[in-house]
Amino acid sequence: MNGGFSLYYFYYLLEGMGWTVVLSALAFVVGGAAGFIVMLARISRSAALRRLVFVYVQIVQGTPLLIILFVVYFGLGIFGVEMPPLFAAGLSLMIYCSAFLGEIWRGCVEAVPRTQTEAAECLALTRWQTLRDVVLPQAARIATPPTVGFLVQVLKSTSLASVVGFVELTRAAQVINNSTFQPFLIFGIAGLLYFALCYPLSIWSRALERRLNVSRRQA
Amino acid sequence: MMYTFDFSSLWAYWPEFLAGALTTLEMTFAATVLGLCIGVAGAIARGSRHAWLRVVAGGYVELVRNTPFLIQIFFLFFGLASVGVRMPVLAAAVLAMVINVGAYTTEIVRAGIEAVHPGQIEAAESLGLSVPQVYWYVILRPALERVYPALTSQFVLMMLSSSITSQISAEELTAVANNIQSITFRSLETYIVVALLYLVLTVLLKSGFWLLGQGLFPRRRRLGTPL
Repeated sequence: MNGGFSLYYFYYLLEGMGWTVVLSALAFVVGGAAGFIVMLARISRSAALRRLVFVYVQIVQGTPLLIILFVVYFGLGIFGVEMPPLFAAGLSLMIYCSAFLGEIWRGCVEAVPRTQTEAAECLALTRWQTLRDVVLPQAARIATPPTVGFLVQVLKSTSLASVVGFVELTRAAQVINNSTFQPFLIFGIAGLLYFALCYPLSIWSRALERRLNVSRRQA
Repeated sequence: MMYTFDFSSLWAYWPEFLAGALTTLEMTFAATVLGLCIGVAGAIARGSRHAWLRVVAGGYVELVRNTPFLIQIFFLFFGLASVGVRMPVLAAAVLAMVINVGAYTTEIVRAGIEAVHPGQIEAAESLGLSVPQVYWYVILRPALERVYPALTSQFVLMMLSSSITSQISAEELTAVANNIQSITFRSLETYIVVALLYLVLTVLLKSGFWLLGQGLFPRRRRLGTPL
């Protein structure tokens, strides 16, 4: 073995892990905002808008994230500007999140009993008031467990950003592996670091779901 | 700033694209069949009477579901090679897919099994059905029918994530695209074409699973009611 795994490498991995978290947070927040718009469009009254966004969601969900990443990366490249990998990775993850979160949240909004909307209409609330004050607060409760679950998906997906050269956890592991040639150890540690990020979220999501089911049973 | 799209130079490569798409489908088929077997075995293990079986199956599911597929591939392909277990790229890619989808399938099938009413199992036992008969007729078949939509969408997702195996240069659709774009320098066009091909594969796979479901679960087809 030339080199060998030292503490220095471990710090490098931790630094990469930091960028994984940054990229995930960025993708989740911006993608969540876009996903909210997707959700609104999917429940809109305009059939044309509903269909248009439906097609968008089908395209994003029917294409691998890796291919979306390449299209965005090379698509931005044709404008002749040198795009930082963080931007290309963030944008493609945002597209990915918007489609999936939009669909998850639409399901949650539609899971709110219809009678709630009808009652709000009887009280002469406007459509926006109904959505904001009646439907969304109830939908948010239903939406929390799957949204946290999807956050795990986002965290794992950021590993693909390594392909366009963004130095997050996976890329950091590759770089170290290229110099130490200990793939078993290094990818094992990288896997455990991902696990340390994702597993608490998975448990949290499951706990939220259990709590939600209890309140439903009592209702 | 002005960019003219040129798809015509890609026409010459349609046999390569087709071969890549076929490889993707073959890998997906193998991983679906094997992954389903692991999933059923894992789901039974997770509900087993033996604590160690439950722990092993649970650990497998959590470990796989909370780490990225890309890391799993690298670990399997480079890691195992470094300790002396060498395998062909395609075998490593399919193995990684099977291990990955097996964990998700385990959870889905388990949800289906848990939804089987205990009274039905007790009824089957009091009718003198053997343990394998109970599992096959009373537990697994209704469970699989119930979770069939979730299962199939998981397999479609796996087909899409098979693109990640291009990172160890398994010669599937994405790896083919990587090669072609490096020859033609038409990167954007190549990946747009490949995105469309994946969309076609997704539609094909979804329709295929729907048809298969119609054949496998005649009860739902005839009665039109969920279980």
